[in-house]
Amino acid sequence: MPELLAVRGLRVEYVTDRGPAQVLDAINLDIAPGEVVGLVGESGCGKTTLARAILGILPAGAARIRGGEVRFRGADLLSQDPAAVNERVRGRAITFIPQDPFTSFSPLFPVGTQIMDLMKWKSPRAADGDRPASLLGRYPRERRRADRAAALETLRAVQIPEPERALRRLPHEFSGGQRQRLMIAMALLPEPDLIIADEPTTALDVTIQAQILRLLRGLVKERGVSVLFTTHDLGTAHEICDRVVVMYAGQEMEAAPTDAFFGRPAHPYTRRLLASVPAPDGGIRDIPGEVPSLVAPPPGCRFHPRCDYATAECRALRPEPRTLGGDHGVRCHHPVDAPVGAGA
Amino acid sequence: MSAPVAPLLELVDLARHFPVRNTFGRRVGWLRAVDGVSLAVRPGETLGLVGESGCGKSTLGKTVMGIYTPTGGDILFGGREIGRLPRRERRGVARDLQYVYQDPGASLDPRWKVVHSLHEPLRIHTALSRAERDREVRAILSAVGLPDAHLDLYPHELSGGQQRRVGLARILTLRPRLVILDEPTSGLDVSVQASVLKLFRSLQETFALTYVFISHDLLVVRAMCASIAVMYLGKIVEEGPAAAVFERPRHPYTQSLLAAVPRIGGRRVIQDFTLEGEPPNPREIPSGCRFRTRCPVAQSRCAEEEPGPRPLDGRTVACHFA
Repeated sequence: MPELLAVRGLRVEYVTDRGPAQVLDAINLDIAPGEVVGLVGESGCGKTTLARAILGILPAGAARIRGGEVRFRGADLLSQDPAAVNERVRGRAITFIPQDPFTSFSPLFPVGTQIMDLMKWKSPRAADGDRPASLLGRYPRERRRADRAAALETLRAVQIPEPERALRRLPHEFSGGQRQRLMIAMALLPEPDLIIADEPTTALDVTIQAQILRLLRGLVKERGVSVLFTTHDLGTAHEICDRVVVMYAGQEMEAAPTDAFFGRPAHPYTRRLLASVPAPDGGIRDIPGEVPSLVAPPPGCRFHPRCDYATAECRALRPEPRTLGGDHGVRCHHPVDAPVGAGA
Repeated sequence: MSAPVAPLLELVDLARHFPVRNTFGRRVGWLRAVDGVSLAVRPGETLGLVGESGCGKSTLGKTVMGIYTPTGGDILFGGREIGRLPRRERRGVARDLQYVYQDPGASLDPRWKVVHSLHEPLRIHTALSRAERDREVRAILSAVGLPDAHLDLYPHELSGGQQRRVGLARILTLRPRLVILDEPTSGLDVSVQASVLKLFRSLQETFALTYVFISHDLLVVRAMCASIAVMYLGKIVEEGPAAAVFERPRHPYTQSLLAAVPRIGGRRVIQDFTLEGEPPNPREIPSGCRFRTRCPVAQSRCAEEEPGPRPLDGRTVACHFA
């Protein structure tokens, strides 16, 4: 599989009052060009931390990277000069769609101003060294015109009515769904290779969610952009992803193409998680126990205290990745080989 | 539908309008958040109330609770009209009705121990002695699955899930008959959601509760509710037994809403979902049928004549063409 992004053995700690919390424990993740990868898991499992680590926007004082690498187009982002990464990768080759479209715009400036501020630095038409050094720096007139045309075209692509007028409007004049469309437009404008979308539809109603998911998938497939889509909603992941990776307490547990992930999940955690989706017949099955503390996580596989299949081996040693044919990988000593619904 | 049991809660043409004021405080219009809703909830039943944000679900719940006074219509609780009672008499009804916010744990006072929070409703609403109150509190605490030892803890010493349980215990100490759950699982992970739903179910059995379950999550409503009411811009568009409505929705809005829910393993919604646009501004409600601006089957009649609820297929539907 050709790689666009490869995370290898990434460890991240957060400083807390009770000691370092091991939020990411030797995570591996692969994204191929043009692929939509879903990163699913419960709150606190490290989805957002992983997304931020890839973007290089971990909170500076609190988070520490303890090892591993984030290879993007073959080069490790963590060992490069941060200024160079900022210049060429962050916001250019990798862009971001935030969770909350309500707080991500400044309420004080028209949408157009905020889009053009972004383009001043991150436009794909800006040659290296052509970027203004400060807010007051020059924005070449020709590039500005081209950027504005691109912005209007992208607003049309995300189906914002009357794009010319929309640029002059303030964020509060748009509904939540429209603001998320604007966010998608801003993520697409720098013509990135990878978009990191952090739960972009959680704040929206299901009808609007369906519209946004269809729009996003259509646009990225048409442009060949890869997407890392974090979500805690398994239905959403099923809708939009080509491949799904599931995380639990800072460890990745299973990665599989969407059909295999939902049809033949091999990890006991994945099976439990899928079973806890409310069934039409009214059946409700929860996962006994609680998510462990990341300050003193269980050794070995972090799911072992809640797992039906756990043995001494699981308590001692974190399973190595193993392949179950094709792209289906699982990190478990006792993977289950049965279609969903059977066992577990 | 023809159950002989009298409804515990009955709403008759209930309305709650909010004045819209301009900068000078002059009223320039009305926001009709709840606009003529009739519903009945039988004892021991769970009624699901679904709809998109801004459709008036929460306003309806809060009007029933007495947080808002109704603009029109009746709220019959156990056969008695409670919407226009004088304040003193209304307080007597308050203990039978409880409202659960999205995160009941967040409504605990951070400076009170759990025991203090749980005693408070009993001190206000009952004449029980301290020892009797204590017995009651311990019984409720074990019903929500917490050990007695938690009584002497402060909210911050509990996990989020435990806080939620304490919040529920606090609501149950008065032994209410009707509990309105307002988006009780939104923002929760599926596994936590499953535990919370199981808890709601076991409490319903233990305390013979009647629930009004307000949610925008249709999968949860389907799993929890016997009957369901679908709301759009302040009106109920379809109401009936949950199984029938989910199996064969008749109102075009219900159909679109159900079609938008992602189903694992099924056909992808994004391939064939067709509902365009967003709900209109509730200050400018369309003439005739409120859904006509987004409706795939709307005709000229829909703009002129507002469809009333009519019985159809074991439920009521407000649509000319259903």
